[in-house]
Amino acid sequence: MNPQQESDFDSGALKPYYGKLFPFADMFKWMSYGHDGKHPGCDQSYFGRREFSFTLKGDFYLRFQSYNNVLELENSIKDKCPLKIDIGPVYTVDPAKRHAYAQSDNSVFTPVERELIFDIDMTDYDDIRYCCKGADVCLDCWPLMTVAIKVIDTSLRDEFGFKHILWVYSGRRGVHCWVCDGKARRLTNEQRSAIAEYYRVYKGNENSHKKVSLTGGALHPFLATSYTNVLKDYFEKKLLTNQNLLATEERYEKILSMIPDESIASELRGRWQDNRRSTSAKEDINVVRWEQCKQLLQSGKHKAQGLRRCVEEIVFSYTYPRLDMEVSKHMNHLLKAPFCVHPKTGRVCVPIDPNRCDEFDPTTVPTLFQILEELNNEGLRADVNGAEWSGTSLGNAVRLFRSSFLEPLQKACKEEIERSYNLKLQQSKNSIGW
Amino acid sequence: MEIVRPHSHRNLFSSNDAAPAPTIPLYRSAPPLEVRLEDFESFAIDRLRVLKGISDGLSRGKKPDEMEKLVSELWKVNMRHQHASEVLNKDIISHFVLRLVYCRTEDLRKWFLSMECALFRYRFRFLTTEAQRAIMDEFDITCKAVNIMEFESIKEKLGQVARSMGQPLPTGDAIFYKVPFEDVPELVAGRRVLLSQGYAYVAMNQVVSLVATLFRSQLSKTLILTNSVYICCRKWTSSIREQEKHRLTPIVEALCSSYLGPDFSQPKEYAEISLKDIDQLAKTSFPLCMRHQFDKLKEDHHLKHGGRMQLGLFLKGVGLNLDDALAFWRAEFSKKVGLEKFEKEYAYTIRHNYGKEGKRTDYTPYSCYKIISSTPGAGDHHGCPYRHFSEENLRAALSRMGVNSRATEDVMNKVRNRHYQLACTLTFEALHGVPCDAGINHPNQYFSDSQKILHPKKDSST
Repeated sequence: MNPQQESDFDSGALKPYYGKLFPFADMFKWMSYGHDGKHPGCDQSYFGRREFSFTLKGDFYLRFQSYNNVLELENSIKDKCPLKIDIGPVYTVDPAKRHAYAQSDNSVFTPVERELIFDIDMTDYDDIRYCCKGADVCLDCWPLMTVAIKVIDTSLRDEFGFKHILWVYSGRRGVHCWVCDGKARRLTNEQRSAIAEYYRVYKGNENSHKKVSLTGGALHPFLATSYTNVLKDYFEKKLLTNQNLLATEERYEKILSMIPDESIASELRGRWQDNRRSTSAKEDINVVRWEQCKQLLQSGKHKAQGLRRCVEEIVFSYTYPRLDMEVSKHMNHLLKAPFCVHPKTGRVCVPIDPNRCDEFDPTTVPTLFQILEELNNEGLRADVNGAEWSGTSLGNAVRLFRSSFLEPLQKACKEEIERSYNLKLQQSKNSIGW
Repeated sequence: MEIVRPHSHRNLFSSNDAAPAPTIPLYRSAPPLEVRLEDFESFAIDRLRVLKGISDGLSRGKKPDEMEKLVSELWKVNMRHQHASEVLNKDIISHFVLRLVYCRTEDLRKWFLSMECALFRYRFRFLTTEAQRAIMDEFDITCKAVNIMEFESIKEKLGQVARSMGQPLPTGDAIFYKVPFEDVPELVAGRRVLLSQGYAYVAMNQVVSLVATLFRSQLSKTLILTNSVYICCRKWTSSIREQEKHRLTPIVEALCSSYLGPDFSQPKEYAEISLKDIDQLAKTSFPLCMRHQFDKLKEDHHLKHGGRMQLGLFLKGVGLNLDDALAFWRAEFSKKVGLEKFEKEYAYTIRHNYGKEGKRTDYTPYSCYKIISSTPGAGDHHGCPYRHFSEENLRAALSRMGVNSRATEDVMNKVRNRHYQLACTLTFEALHGVPCDAGINHPNQYFSDSQKILHPKKDSST
């Protein structure tokens, strides 16, 4: 975004975005989890106990906002025009009225439901990507995010049995994941920590050099499947060459330092220093060197215990997802809402289809200005639904949100409400029996 | 449970003279027993000795087999009773008294819950297979055994899990239980179970972990309930029966305050330190974990969240007031992120730590136990250096502190045996030339002990 656009951003562009495009109704349907219906089992207070937080211009931060219905939410957002909307947990009581409950020291005001969330940020990979640093991303490092989505999404579904999972582009350099099954929303902090720990492979901080340590006689089935189905291919076919992981001395030394056997490391070092000129130009130098490295480490000559895992450890170090653990561990962590616009890039936080995450390109995600221009060109032609966004490139994002996430979720929520209502009815019938 | 006055000498627990088979009560409901007031207190103190012993053992980093021995020893010494038939009653009564004592704040509940669960876990291991099975029945676990067909279909993956932990392959008659993964968070966190479609496959030798979680969640729920009952009772006693207050309340209140040890939330001996002394103090009296973060902050002008919490709360405990703390962090961070960004993004958490924002809780400095069990990741500098540094980095850090090579070897020895707090204690002794018999349990204790040695006069005057 150029500086002119940036200054227009909050004053001019967000207003029409919230005014005409932001999918309030869809957000409301999502956050209601079926409690917006007429069914007697619905909990009418549910949506009103959800915390929203706004970042306003001038870095004012408004926490503990709550709304009873979609109209209140819509009016408030249109009125305040927040640069960023965060979503918090559902509390025991309306968060806006929390002070009224504060007198009793019996902790009445506490979170009771919260989606299980994950935050993966490219800056956590800075030690293994050479294309850009910090806030920047490009198509050479984005595959790291694709790997993260594939590994985590598969495991959440197949291992933890979750079904309603939403992946969202964070607007700049990462992805967010919302797991919305009833079971996920009611997890305790301890259970959330356990799941986050389950995914943690990367150990050690800035002061211990071995980042990934895989011990034991075999890999846990989760790690083994992740390795064979995702990590290995992405390392060998994408990241090795994209990032030129073995092309220069500084870079290959980093990998050699992960080999516990000094004689193998120096043998490789010797070869790589020598063949700098002699390698044939046809083959990529990274690929050639990786093959040599693998061959030496996996050859029958070296059966030492520590070496067996070394190839895997290298691949894990350079590909395996790195989660921001703290975000996932606690119920009361806030996370940016989908369909927000990132104030620095102007890009909309659009959903990502995990089944087609290979095709996702962060550099072509629609920006606010692009969408507003499309809206202008479109004129006032509203489609059958009356939705203004349907003719813009935001339309695809909203349609994806509905078909792959919202519709199946709503169906499941209604069934759950029906089931628990019938159960309660049955129980009260039985208890009247006396 | 009804409490009777000390002078009413009734024989209370004589109903059953035969020694009961050793088992663990699940404390599901308070027993309909009458308890003498002196038993009420002495039983509770005996149990508290056990729990406190467990807490000390854990914070010293004792290994599971050492803990097992410790718990069995503590239980034998403190929880016996001259009448074998009353052992079980003592167990139950003491538990319920402490439940009343420790239900009253979040921190007390948390401590009691972890210690009772640790106790339960070790006692469960000592039980006979039949007694274990009886408890598993109580929790409806036995019916969740995996049948042969299902076992065959996942045998290979179960073997993979076993090998990943360095354990032998499960044999054909091995029993596995299929339970919701939520019931075994500890096994999930350690990647020690096979997960499929929301269920965890728990091996027989892991059942203790499952039982302990179920025990824990049951106890956790009842603790909150006990608290609301207690509040009602207090209102009732103060308004209707004035004399009740003098009977139970003092005992309950004394019991919970005396055994937790200082939490260093309020700096005591050295009421305040000033900003200009802080560099000097860091060199002489900060433990390595804080010294390292302090140096990194000066070097990088930045610390990630975990570091800001660990160092920030330590400094608060040491006596840095809020204004100085803001000045201190501002001076460093503004060099990297600029003044404006500091005020916007970081000042809030500092005020938050001092209870001036958000929930307005006055946060307490982290103990060694908490620091050792933290999990620093990429770019983090918090945690316990003795646990989280590589050997090389730790050696370098110790030599920068001025620990000589012989003492360094002793420290490394403790580290290798995972006695991180003892390693820190040895570092303290090497730098101060004075033995530290109590051991280091808290970074702020390290600081105040160090100051006591360096400025003995100041100490006697206060």
